[in-house]
Amino acid sequence: MRIFGHRPSWPAMIGLLIIAVFLIAAIAAPLLAPFPEADVVGDAWADADATYWMGLDNLGRDIFSRLLYGARMSIGLSLVITILSFTIGIITGFTAAIAKGWVDTLLSRLVDLILSMPTLIFAFVVLSVLGTDLPVLIVTLALLDSVKVFRLARALAMNIGALEYVEVAKVRGEGLWWIITREILPNAMAPLIAEFGLRFTFAFLFVAALSFLGLGVQPPAADWGSMVRDYRDVIALDLPAPLYPAGAIALLTIGVNFVVDWMLSIHARGFGERA
Amino acid sequence: MSRAIGDVILDVTGLQIAVRGSGQKPGPVLVHDVSFTLRRGQVLGLIGESGAGKSTIGLAVLGYTRAGCAITGGTLLFEGRDIRTMSATETRDLRGKYIAYIAQSAAASFNPAHTLMQQVCEIPLRDGRYTQAEVRARAIELFRELDLPDPAHFGDRYPHQVSGGQLQRAMAAMAMAARPDILVFDEPTTALDVTTQVEVLASFRKLIREHGTAAIYITHDLAVVAQIADEIMVLRHGRMVEHASATDILQNPRQDYTRRLVADRAEGHPIVSAPDNTPLLDVSHAVASYSGLVRVIDDVSLSISRGDTLAVVGESGSGKSTLARVIIGLLPRESGDIRFEGKSLPPRLKHRTRDQLRRIQMIYQSPDIALNPNQTLLEIIGRPVAFYFNRSRSEVRTRVLELLRMMDLPESFIDRKPAALSGGQKQRVGIARALAAEPDLIICDEVTSALDQLVGEEILRLLAKLQADLDVAYLFITHDLGTVKRIANKVAVMLKGKLVAGGDTSVVFSPPLHPYTELLLSSVPEMRADWLDEVLARQDT
Repeated sequence: MRIFGHRPSWPAMIGLLIIAVFLIAAIAAPLLAPFPEADVVGDAWADADATYWMGLDNLGRDIFSRLLYGARMSIGLSLVITILSFTIGIITGFTAAIAKGWVDTLLSRLVDLILSMPTLIFAFVVLSVLGTDLPVLIVTLALLDSVKVFRLARALAMNIGALEYVEVAKVRGEGLWWIITREILPNAMAPLIAEFGLRFTFAFLFVAALSFLGLGVQPPAADWGSMVRDYRDVIALDLPAPLYPAGAIALLTIGVNFVVDWMLSIHARGFGERA
Repeated sequence: MSRAIGDVILDVTGLQIAVRGSGQKPGPVLVHDVSFTLRRGQVLGLIGESGAGKSTIGLAVLGYTRAGCAITGGTLLFEGRDIRTMSATETRDLRGKYIAYIAQSAAASFNPAHTLMQQVCEIPLRDGRYTQAEVRARAIELFRELDLPDPAHFGDRYPHQVSGGQLQRAMAAMAMAARPDILVFDEPTTALDVTTQVEVLASFRKLIREHGTAAIYITHDLAVVAQIADEIMVLRHGRMVEHASATDILQNPRQDYTRRLVADRAEGHPIVSAPDNTPLLDVSHAVASYSGLVRVIDDVSLSISRGDTLAVVGESGSGKSTLARVIIGLLPRESGDIRFEGKSLPPRLKHRTRDQLRRIQMIYQSPDIALNPNQTLLEIIGRPVAFYFNRSRSEVRTRVLELLRMMDLPESFIDRKPAALSGGQKQRVGIARALAAEPDLIICDEVTSALDQLVGEEILRLLAKLQADLDVAYLFITHDLGTVKRIANKVAVMLKGKLVAGGDTSVVFSPPLHPYTELLLSSVPEMRADWLDEVLARQDT
């Protein structure tokens, strides 16, 4: 198997497998889950058996079904946030690098301003003022994340923009959009994809953390972070319930990182060279 | 050459170097069956185009191969011991102490955080054979021998505080510090200006002769190696083409390939075309600076007629390429005027019309970074056609195929990406892209200097043929005066942002010469073994 013309390393293979399993779970959750996510199907904290694979939770809902729906929510949410933050970050970063001058100064200082505040605190303030609706959550986290993408995109575009083929396009009279999408973006893909994987895990952990603190996804919708929060007390009773969502968070994070590590190693070697 | 040539110190037989294969199948062979001997005090020149295996052989002498390659056959005997069978400790000892290497880019070989003295003294101090004071004294002695300024304090400087030529010599001092038996020079003057090259070459030669060190001198420039080598080995595609004494190679080359190498420089038949004297571009009193501080173009005036070739020459840093940027509008001029067909061009690129942009095109020095690696030739060459002439997809494709034919490139290349092309082919693509805009003026910025001699020659011929067919004018920026004399009707000599001489090539290059023009002219290596001696003698008087 080859991806971008490179054979994945063993850890990357495992990572891809983990991601694939979780993605399938997320996409096909309504088909795979034995019970709806919010339905009470039995007694609270019932033990696992053939019907309830991971047992029941604090309200008597099926943990396995909630885990599948939670995958949907957690992965979907992080993915939407990351895609949005990359769109914003790449467009502004590339624009700043090419336009230079006051545009660059304005955008860069704005980014410095946001970066100077602790992300979690900033998110707290915004979410407590604007409420915890999903769109608010997505836009807030995407904006916060996009400043980091901005820095990378700007640096990449600065380097690529100094190459002569970009100068050729400028001298030809091409507009900003052409230069960004045709000359710079295709040549910045490798590091951007690697960064995408990394930022995805951060967004994912951040959503989990916010949910754990009660500011993220609101009940009865299931997501892994809030599941850990809801189940955390029973760890004292030797029940494995909180370990399932926590394990899922850890597993996906590790899986994505395996793939990202491999991508970064290709990038370090230089695109086009043999592995 | 009144040097004592001593015993054989290095004996290489049947050397074969290959790319490490994956699994059972062996990789491509880079060097096939190369044999030579090196005696004490002898200088062997290795010459050939890029990819000929020169550097690979030079590194193999140090018991080193590039990542992914391996020495797969033959023996490399250094004083009777095979370098191939040495242990890691032995090769470590060998490198630097007995065989030293001088790389093309001295700037990339020095650590910017340490003084030159620290780096020059590192290897002799490493094994504790000498005391700090001894090594320092020797380094200062070497600086003096290499004609470096203020030898006693030269070593206290950091790499960025000295010029490129001085750094290259400092690297020779670093190599010599441990008194090695063999020096491997890998294109040490290629990155230098012609005038600097003369000084550096002279210092190297003096050093080798005085110490009786054996040397392997790797270069693609036959004229350079002729000044320094006793024997020359011509390589092509990893095989030895010819191996003989330097005089034999120059005076009666036996192989066809060697003959072509010798002939191209020696003959230098002119390939200029006849201009029709309609003024095309007229630069008058142009002034430009970087961020308003450093004046890089200072009151430059020149003009080019339709179908004419004007060469702009000078050392690096003289403002040649900056002048091109000012004409194109990438660096706006601060005063003066640039007229194109009598109409003034706006200083800034942004304010020029699409047609004004179309009519001046540019070809760059390194085709590697001038072509977008992610685009096919159809996209690269086709874009100007679509952009300036608003043609349909099929018309663009037809035009690109036509341009590929004009460049003598196979039509099947149309869907390839630049990575699948050789350096010369990439440069042809650069030319095709410029021509796709149907310009009146093409600015050629050192278009042949990144190419091998014979490939560069083909590019020059192609440009001349295109000029004859299309009546396009060239502004030819170069530091290679040999090329200028052959292709340009007019020449402008630049020094520190100013024009010091200009006019018809025949006039500028015949007496009475401007002193700077004379210096530039006399610095172009000629294919005679005694050329360097003559230049040095002339400079002394």
